[in-house]
Amino acid sequence: MGETYIARSTAIAARMIGGEMMIMSAVDSTFFTLNEVATLIWQSADGQTPLSEIVTKRICEDFDVTPEEAQRHAGQFVTELAQHGILLVSDQPFGSTTSSASPTP
Amino acid sequence: MSLLSEMNEKALALGIPLSVHLDLTYRCNERCIHCYLDHDDHGEMTTAEIEDVLTQLAEAGVFFLTFSGGEVLLRRDFFHLVEYARRLLFNLKIKTNGVMIGDKEARRLGELGVEQVQLSVYSHRPEVHDAITKLPGSLNRTVEAIRRLKSHGLKVTIANVLMTANSFDNAGVIALANELGAFYTVDPTITPKIDGSLSPLALRIPGHELHRVFRDPQLVPNVEEFCAAPSPPSQDVMDGYPCSAGHTACYISPYGDVFPCVQFPLPTGNVRQQSFLDIWQRSPQMAEVRSIRARDLDVCPSCAHLGTCTRCPGLAYLEGNMRGPSSADCEKSVQRTGIPAANISTGMVALPHVLVQIQTRA
Repeated sequence: MGETYIARSTAIAARMIGGEMMIMSAVDSTFFTLNEVATLIWQSADGQTPLSEIVTKRICEDFDVTPEEAQRHAGQFVTELAQHGILLVSDQPFGSTTSSASPTP
Repeated sequence: MSLLSEMNEKALALGIPLSVHLDLTYRCNERCIHCYLDHDDHGEMTTAEIEDVLTQLAEAGVFFLTFSGGEVLLRRDFFHLVEYARRLLFNLKIKTNGVMIGDKEARRLGELGVEQVQLSVYSHRPEVHDAITKLPGSLNRTVEAIRRLKSHGLKVTIANVLMTANSFDNAGVIALANELGAFYTVDPTITPKIDGSLSPLALRIPGHELHRVFRDPQLVPNVEEFCAAPSPPSQDVMDGYPCSAGHTACYISPYGDVFPCVQFPLPTGNVRQQSFLDIWQRSPQMAEVRSIRARDLDVCPSCAHLGTCTRCPGLAYLEGNMRGPSSADCEKSVQRTGIPAANISTGMVALPHVLVQIQTRA
């Protein structure tokens, strides 16, 4: 299975308030708060680091969770945020000429 | 409780200024007859100063940011500042009259992810709207701007300020908003000028007109509920604070002055002399505003309307006492319910003010 790369959309508003990341989509004005783990994934979404590496090196090292479980939850989280245009998902690093990102907000 | 309400509660508990209204300029290309501003430039903040303020606001936890004026597009650095603000990930709302928004400007605002653009439309009739703005052709230019903004995917709100010159035109503006696919908000609030001059108040619509506005089903979704007699105030109401001004929101003028709200011109500091957070966290004036609870007010705790009144502490301040009644809201409560207000029945204040803001989706 290929790698998944994630990047933060610019079509959002976001702020860390009281330890929680608040995010509003400019696409559909949906409002989200991210917990600590989700915030870590969000902050690590640089478009260059594979999601699997974010999970193993950032999540599993900081939280008491198995790689399989973390990968499953991370995948669900990324899918949900991508549906609202908050995260961009690609099978190539962003900036690569062959990357195919989805969705396009 | 919605996520947004939770966010507000958290911001209040942590002392975070969730919303800031920043006027980029008081200069304007319209001369609206009811405007509360002096349009001369008395030394606006520079681009670098505003960038610094925006960075400070982001670090302070501000999420909702409004750029307003004056006419914001009169600043040559307007789009640079919008871009700068969006890079800092603010939820950005723009207030403009739209007369300088062509297709290029509308597209750019869409590209930059501006959350919403609000434009004032006073009437669907050009002769009425243009007579209020004193700019010939302004209604047509504002409406064209709305069409362009909508075509580039922006959310647009039409703000319809009601005054003596247009008090019967709200139905026509609602129809226009529907045609344009814009949200609609009506506001019969005419405030004193920011320098304290009361001259605009002569334009306020009279009480019987306010009575009609409150019972207009196009403006009020549930008239019976909205105009119902108030319940006796609970302990929670007595312990409550009046509004978000100074608690989770504040206003910054083009000259760097920080006030609790655009309608509450109590000087609390200036970002050219102090950091924003220093003012927000340590200003004695902000602390005084925050200390006021409903039970501490003069007159109001004995008023039947305390639990439902939209008393504005800023307008009370402009009347001379931030703990006193805001007579505009007293009048509103009386016209809404038909029940006397404490200060009006006792003859302490009896000014023919009106203040209400009703929002409905067009």
